[in-house]
Amino acid sequence: MSNDSIRRQITGRVIPVRGDDIDTDRIIPARYLLTVTFDDLGNHVFEDDRVGGGHPFDEAAYQGAAILVAHANFGCGSSREHAPQALMRWGIGAFVGVSFAEIFFSNCIALGLPCLTASAEDVAKLQEAVEADPTLSVVCDVEQKQIRFGDVVIAGEIDAGLQQQFVNGSWDALGQLLVDRDAIAATAARLPYLTH
Amino acid sequence: MSKNLFEKVWANHTVRELPSGQSQLFVGLHLVHEVTSPQAFQMLRERDLKVLYPERTYATVDHIVPTDVRERPFLDELAEEMMVAIERNTAQFDLPLYGMNDQRQGIVHVIGPELGLTQPGMTIACGDSHTSTHGAFGAIAFGIGTSQVRDVLASQCLALGRPKVRRVEVNGTLSGGVYAKDVILAIINRLGVNGGVGFAYEFAGSTIEAMDMEARMTVCNMSIEGGARCGYINPDQTTFEYLQGLPHVPKDAAFDEAVTWWKSTASGQDASYDDVVYLDAAEIKPTVTWGINPGQSVAIDEHLPSAHAAGDAEALQFMGFDAEQPIAGTKVDVAFIGSCTNSRISDLREAARVVAGRHVTGNVRALVVPGSHDVRDQAQAEGLDEIFRAAGFEWREPGCSMCLAMNPDKLQGREVCASSSNRNFKGRQGSPTGRTLLMSPAMVAAAAVTGEVTDVRSILN
Repeated sequence: MSNDSIRRQITGRVIPVRGDDIDTDRIIPARYLLTVTFDDLGNHVFEDDRVGGGHPFDEAAYQGAAILVAHANFGCGSSREHAPQALMRWGIGAFVGVSFAEIFFSNCIALGLPCLTASAEDVAKLQEAVEADPTLSVVCDVEQKQIRFGDVVIAGEIDAGLQQQFVNGSWDALGQLLVDRDAIAATAARLPYLTH
Repeated sequence: MSKNLFEKVWANHTVRELPSGQSQLFVGLHLVHEVTSPQAFQMLRERDLKVLYPERTYATVDHIVPTDVRERPFLDELAEEMMVAIERNTAQFDLPLYGMNDQRQGIVHVIGPELGLTQPGMTIACGDSHTSTHGAFGAIAFGIGTSQVRDVLASQCLALGRPKVRRVEVNGTLSGGVYAKDVILAIINRLGVNGGVGFAYEFAGSTIEAMDMEARMTVCNMSIEGGARCGYINPDQTTFEYLQGLPHVPKDAAFDEAVTWWKSTASGQDASYDDVVYLDAAEIKPTVTWGINPGQSVAIDEHLPSAHAAGDAEALQFMGFDAEQPIAGTKVDVAFIGSCTNSRISDLREAARVVAGRHVTGNVRALVVPGSHDVRDQAQAEGLDEIFRAAGFEWREPGCSMCLAMNPDKLQGREVCASSSNRNFKGRQGSPTGRTLLMSPAMVAAAAVTGEVTDVRSILN
């Protein structure tokens, strides 16, 4: 692991995405999955939601934001890693939300994108602060499990083990999964359906 | 106190505890398709890694394949590039690929069970959220993203935190015209689209036990729409009878041994759960979604909600529906029977029963997309294709088709689609403004022949 992988804290401006149950079809429509790379996805984030204007991703004030703040069950639906890939390539480095959908959350871990959960009240407080002042600099502090802006500190939650992975830069699971190949073989050897 | 199936399968497949506190879980079967795998294979090349268990890895093509003209190269150059990629990747890494014209090709969650690859007590992974389908056999089956596809290819393992287990018990007898699709839509409506976050769902109770395997697959398929990490049903005699004789299932004495082990993986009578909920099958009616997530549904004789809740207001506005309007009578433009949720032979039989002797109404565009070559051939042997064609349906080749519209099958503009698929998200069926009403295949058939959302029981009775 390199220093580049360490995610102690992510600091920057925040883009608010309002609404529960924002699904991955909305984050990146399926027609952009017709690709053998992830390279171009950042250009199509929320593309269909943005038709007609008024979407935060179209507002000048939010361009360059590093943290996305969401409500409940963000990223539900399809397993497409293209969704967090698209947001990451747009510039998002961390998420704060009331809750995250399971597969989206797993995909974010695999990409080194911390997702901190916070109470609905605290998320609302952050959303309102950012909407009032989009230039607000916010610290998403993974190590301290806090989100800080101005003189406000709100509590963020993240599983302790995952927190350590982000803090020490070891969130890419594959290295760990290949450490003990004998243990993998031993597990396979005790499964009847692999040995009969 | 005995253990539940989830705990047993998890323990059987745990390689070790990782420093993160997650478990390293061995994956017994890895299913691969063309959309979520190309970047994973590229990552293997970049890291100079091999596929660790090529014999436990099977690939097919389903998401992007046309269901009418199947000639190569595809007209869609991007789709052609993806086909070439999976052909090259499976050849380079020496993996079996069930290509478009292979008899074994089909929707990945239809062919796994059909071939007997899916078995009780297994862990299964696939880069597709509807992998939960395989839980119908008592497997623990996870939908994963592309980086995790890479992890499984390279290590045959996943790093996962263990979810809690909720038993969803449905008891009683379903009345005629009410199907597994209605049961799972009712469950999601009751528990919410995010009610399952942090949970695996065990579906149980007399209603579930009475279901055949295809109905059980429909239930487990949509676990993810309820937010659950996976869903499963304990294996029983129905499971074993379905499996016996399938190509990848052990035979003779080995089959008996397998059954003994499969039985041992089922939840104990006194197993404990983190949560238990109960539903009464007698209260479940034909169910239709009216909104933009699968939890926004009503029974066929009910009205849409008021616009008080923010999510409901947004959905009503997108759908162009009035608050508190009845769902019955809603006009449809397209009828789609297919998808990993409802494209199996029993689905087609029920739909054919509705359309037999009737005809698609007016301008409704109706299509049937069987889930696999085997489903297609079986339906044709029974003459179902003729019934559908005579009624004005198009009869197509196997694939995911209009469930997610990555192939040429798409809604146009504001079309309303009665669909047997699993998601009614905005834009899901290929038109950013298109509208989806999820329902059982029989209800789709009823909508096709009447031109509007119709209680299938009024046709069947």
